[in-house]
This record gives sequence, structure tokens and C-alpha cells, in this order.
Amino acid sequence: MKAVNQIKLTLPSLSANEGFARVAVGAFVSQLDPTVDELADIKTAVSEAVTNCAVHAYGDAIGTIYIIAEYYSDRTVKIKIKDKGCGIENIEQAMQPMWSSLGGERAGLGFAVMQSFTDGVKVRSVLGKGTTVTLKKVLSQRVHI
Amino acid sequence: MSVRIELSEDKLIAYLEGELDHHAAPPIRQQIDEAILQHKPKKLIIDFEALSFMDSSGIGLVMGRYKTASEVGATLTVQNISAQVYKVMRLSGIDRIAVIKLKSQMRG
Ligand SMILES: Nc1ncnc2c1ncn2[C@@H]1O[C@H](COP(=O)(O)OP(=O)(O)OP(=O)(O)O)[C@@H](O)[C@H]1O
Ligand SMILES: [Mg+2]
Repeated sequence: MKAVNQIKLTLPSLSANEGFARVAVGAFVSQLDPTVDELADIKTAVSEAVTNCAVHAYGDAIGTIYIIAEYYSDRTVKIKIKDKGCGIENIEQAMQPMWSSLGGERAGLGFAVMQSFTDGVKVRSVLGKGTTVTLKKVLSQRVHI
Repeated sequence: MSVRIELSEDKLIAYLEGELDHHAAPPIRQQIDEAILQHKPKKLIIDFEALSFMDSSGIGLVMGRYKTASEVGATLTVQNISAQVYKVMRLSGIDRIAVIKLKSQMRG
């Protein structure tokens, strides 16, 4: 199936861009007239994935975050969030709720939030090469009167 | 994002406003901790009424404030939690360490 519409965003992994990224993707998805909850779910999941690029992928350095968002005629939204950072050694462990490789105040819940707020999370990662997180959300059909 | 801190008797109330994410959390964390350590309240209340967004960084912020509050012997309540924020909190088991009051429970 071919996407009906697509956007690509490339941005430096500055924490200030976490808000911009979720709002930009939210504005794009708004073309489908999602419910308030669906939109909030998408923004929260995107925020988690983008924050992970800013916090984990590039350490203290600033790298690049690549985002591709697209939607299909059946109201499926796919959002790919990619970095060329350190990669994840053990994806299964990383996705475990409450597991975090960093101390401080990380709850280790980013992947758990992505999973419970979307209809599918795929993670591909190669150590030393980078990580791609793909989020899928199927929007409900809306009846317009 | 900002926080307004109010003291009344043995209560310290932190009113959060705006979007709470990893970018916004550090100064908020610092302001609430300073107030806790300075005033040593019996109760810490974090109010989410004016918060329009929160992700897992907000969980980290709440858990961290629970720790600081415990150091001075204060209990923690989070109040005016929206349905969306509750969906994030529910994943964390925060209900085991703090009293959670949803927006709907606050009225009447
Ligand atoms: N893009 C990434 N690059 C490298 N490592 C990552 C990336 N995303 C996640 N990880 C690893 O997966 C772990 C779990 O991520 P998750 O988002 O669930 O928790 P967290 O970021 O540690 O904490 P929280 O999201 O609750 O603040 C991270 O601690 C990190 O080790
Ligand atoms: Mg995370």
C-alpha cells in the first residue's frame, strides 16, 4: 500500500526539539481528524522515541534525528524515528518496563509508554550504527454528519 | 513550563503548568526540591491541573520528588490528574507510593 501523505523531518538531537517534534508530527496527523485521545497518544509516543535519541543515542554529543511520518488510506499512521547513535545491545531488555541504562531520574518507561499508547512498536538497532523505532497507530473511523 | 509553589501550614503545593518532558524537567525538579528541603513540610502535593502534556520524564520527576519528600518525612499526593496523564502514571506503579487524585474525583 502506498502512503497517502508523508513528511520528513531532520533535526539536531537537542532536548528543545522534543517538543517541536511531537507537535510537528501531531500537526501532520491532524489532517486525519484524530480524536483528542488518539492525538495525545501519538504525541506522547513520539516524545518518548525522540527523547531517547536525545538522551541515549548520542551520549553528551549532538547528533541527528530523522523522522518520517506517513499515513495510509485505511487511517494507519506510521512514524519512523531514527538515529545514527550508539545502538542498543539488548533490545528485549531495553524494552522491559522500569529498565534503564541511565541512573538519575529515568523511569525506564519510555518503551512501555510507546507500546501502550500505539498499536505497534518495532525496534531495529545495530550496536555502534544506530536505532530505528517504528510506531504504528490505526485511527478510528470518524463519521461526519 | 513553569511551577508555582505555595505553602500553607504543613503543606507544600507545587502547581505545574505547561508541557512536562525531559527538556523541561530539570529546573522544575530543582525548584521543588529546594522548597521541600527549606520548608520541610508534612505533605507534598503536586498539582497537574494546568499541565497540558506529560511523558515518562514526568514519572521520573514524581518519583524523584517522592524521594526528596521522604527524606524530610513528608507524604506525597498528586492531584488533578487528567485521564491522559493517568494513562502514563498507571504504567509506573506510582499509586503504591503516592495518593493519586484524578480530575474527576476533585470536584464535588
Ligand atoms: N535511541 C536509542 N539509542 C540507544 N539506546 C536507547 C535508545 N532508545 C532506548 N535506548 C535504551 O533503552 C533503554 C530503555 O529506554 P526507555 O525509553 O524505555 O527508558 P529510559 O529512556 O531509560 O527512561 P524513561 O524513558 O522512562 O525516561 C534506555 O535506558 C537505553 O539504554
Ligand atoms: Mg526513554
